[in-house]
Amino acid sequence: MPEQLDKVEVLVVGSGWAGGIVSAEMAKEGYDVVCLERGEEKSVEDYMHVKDELRFTSRHEMMQDLSSETVTSRHKRNITALPVRMQDDMNVGNDVGGGSVHWSGVTFRFLPYDFEIHTQTVDRYGEEKIPEGMTIQDWGISYEELEPYYDRFEKTAGISGEPNPLGPDRSDDYPNPPMVETPNIRLFRDAAENLGNHTYMLPAANSTTNYENPDGQNVAQCQYCAFCSAYGCDYGAKGDPIVTVLATAEETGNFELRAKSNVRRVNYDGEKATGVIYEDATTGIEYEQPADVVVLGAFTFTNTRLLLLSEIGTPYNPDTVEGVIGKNFTGHFLSKYGAVAFFNDRKFNLHMGAGALGAGFDDYAGDYIDHTDLDFLHGGEVEIRQYGDGPIDNNAVPEGTPNWGQEFKEKSLYYTNRNLRVHFQVGTLPWSFNYLDLDPTYKDQYGDPLLRVTNEYTDQDRNLMSYGVEVCREVAEEMGADIVDAEEISEEFDNTFTGGHYAGGVIMGDDPETSAVNNYLQMWDAENLFVVGASAFPHFGNYNPTGTVGALAYRAAEGIEEYLNNGGGQLVSSKNSTQKA
Amino acid sequence: MAEKNDDKQTDVNQSLSNSDETTNSSSNEGISRRTFIKNTGLVAGGVVGGGVLGGVLGNQWFAGTDTETAGEAETDGESNNFQEARMFFSRDEDFNILNAAVERIFPEDENGPGAIALGVPYFIDKQLAGSWGLNAKEYMRGPFQEGEPEQGYQSRMRRNELFIVGLRRINEVSEEQWQEKFVDIEIEQQDEVLMAFDNGDVEMKGASSALFFSLLRNVTLEGVYSDPLYGGNRNMEGWRMKEYPGAQPAYINVIEDEEFIETEPLSLRDHH
Repeated sequence: MPEQLDKVEVLVVGSGWAGGIVSAEMAKEGYDVVCLERGEEKSVEDYMHVKDELRFTSRHEMMQDLSSETVTSRHKRNITALPVRMQDDMNVGNDVGGGSVHWSGVTFRFLPYDFEIHTQTVDRYGEEKIPEGMTIQDWGISYEELEPYYDRFEKTAGISGEPNPLGPDRSDDYPNPPMVETPNIRLFRDAAENLGNHTYMLPAANSTTNYENPDGQNVAQCQYCAFCSAYGCDYGAKGDPIVTVLATAEETGNFELRAKSNVRRVNYDGEKATGVIYEDATTGIEYEQPADVVVLGAFTFTNTRLLLLSEIGTPYNPDTVEGVIGKNFTGHFLSKYGAVAFFNDRKFNLHMGAGALGAGFDDYAGDYIDHTDLDFLHGGEVEIRQYGDGPIDNNAVPEGTPNWGQEFKEKSLYYTNRNLRVHFQVGTLPWSFNYLDLDPTYKDQYGDPLLRVTNEYTDQDRNLMSYGVEVCREVAEEMGADIVDAEEISEEFDNTFTGGHYAGGVIMGDDPETSAVNNYLQMWDAENLFVVGASAFPHFGNYNPTGTVGALAYRAAEGIEEYLNNGGGQLVSSKNSTQKA
Repeated sequence: MAEKNDDKQTDVNQSLSNSDETTNSSSNEGISRRTFIKNTGLVAGGVVGGGVLGGVLGNQWFAGTDTETAGEAETDGESNNFQEARMFFSRDEDFNILNAAVERIFPEDENGPGAIALGVPYFIDKQLAGSWGLNAKEYMRGPFQEGEPEQGYQSRMRRNELFIVGLRRINEVSEEQWQEKFVDIEIEQQDEVLMAFDNGDVEMKGASSALFFSLLRNVTLEGVYSDPLYGGNRNMEGWRMKEYPGAQPAYINVIEDEEFIETEPLSLRDHH
């Protein structure tokens, strides 16, 4: 029997942006909040004097230890899923702050089109434009409704950016001016503009000033030190939960963070979540923590898996296309592709940079292009980044060069500071046969089933990505490169999970038959259980997810407050009201 | 013997590209090893048999020199390199194959030192002895079953086991094809053997030869370019070749410059 603890008002699982924002907002309102984090406690000090590419980029210091738990994966629905065994093939953030500490910091908003994708697609192209098996659906919220929460998140994280000529309406500017335009970024922008595109500096959580956020927390000025994406910031200059929302929660005196606390089940009485069972990973002691409200604010995989293990909500069945938990799994799988421009006579300072330093354009994003005669839906965002290249990870050579030996050495040295990569980040649309469930064979450290990922590429994915690579190639050529290599896209999903952009499984909507949570991320099947994160995305827009995760977290916090103040109940009446009491 | 050895080290130090003038560290670790390998022609293919390295010649070369160089470190600022010993590889022959193979992956040329001179074999030895070699943070629970190529690493072998199997297989292939050990064949022949591994053309127990080779290739580059604290990238020469400045604290004042900026590298040792 687990050891019984005293009841708390709000219990939050996960301490990244999702869990951190909800924790801060509820603690500020005076509620007692406990946050359970399965990783270790971390502070800015942990990230000082560790500018070490091998430790962080190559050996994945900040990523989940897979020896205790991973996912299984298959790229075709009729084969056996096998464990993703190696950290090189799966990077999921770990420890306090989660993936929101090692993130690159690019902070987009999704398009109005994304939130109403089904309606707008049918209106513009007719029902028959949606291929059989594609399960796109509206999100149950509009961009206009979500806009104020985007604004709040951008101010909390201290986003630096400039107006996007094609971006959706904003109620306010970014709180910080854009990052610097380096010579290589200028070269990209000039080339893209020559081709008629509308460029802008990427919205970045790398702060360009010494910034104080509305909660009174400070984000320092980014030094462009290059140890950013896959690293924690030693300057406290990247908007992350450690320097913002977790500090805010801490200051209220109403907040307790318990690290090394591994949640195994959400307790459920058939109508409500009564609390969670977790193990203190240091002592091995198991606890039952009762709560008035339970918030799952962990990664997409963990949120979905905990609901499946706890038997809350109806698991999705790909054969009948019924049930919701595990439905509409998506990710930016094919987003790695683009074109590389090699220059024989120009050198750039590519070893300098920051995670979100870069520029992009949206002329091919969402539904901005007419898809009438195209063999895909949605679009992509074209961008160039200057992360600050490390020497282990960056050995670009022109196509046809061997990848080891004398010629490789020669050319990889020569082109180290002479190659620029333009890539296309695609929207990823859901399919009835791409989903998450529990693996029948493989187990975690406790003997619980691993989460199983089934994810097939379709012509939609390949056609959209090929289109995007062509756009990148044109820009790279316009940049005046001596050699342009358009990357060849792979036919099949390679069962790797390295980009951090995974979504779905606990999706939002206005109908309990097709969604798991309402637009406050409150579960239809458990009114005091809120599931916050990219797990709520019904599909993946063509932008980085974190801005939308942050906005939805603020929306959820508002819902939880309303729920607690008004004596409970569903906050949104479902479209399919016969389904619910 | 010891004195002569020290003289040689000094010569080589001076001939090494600008390491003495430019580095702000006092480190000239591992030069003796480099000199040794260069002088014996061991790696270039064929003068000295593999088994000899840690045996007769090795003992001759290194006997009695450790204390001498350690004493010297006090006087002229050189640090003695006690790290150039093996914590994983037990057989000389395995380690010699590794030496020869990594030098083919990243050979010495007019751009600068190759993998051996940069300390890569010792770097790999340490990596295999530690958590990476033991797959400490990887999912190693069964059942193990062969998947499709897209499903990645499914071997029950830990990396350090895979390296032993792979390196010995390199020798077997060399002997099958050329009737000589890998360290004794010409470099073009060595390249052919490695190419066969890279292409996945070699039958190997427990994992594909392509997978083994890609691990070997990647860990070689890691040894060339990681912070010298791990035993590779000796004297930061890997970084200098790449004009990479290492663990600099900030670029905010220079990042907008039009010109490429050359910066003397900093290692993490300089941070403490």
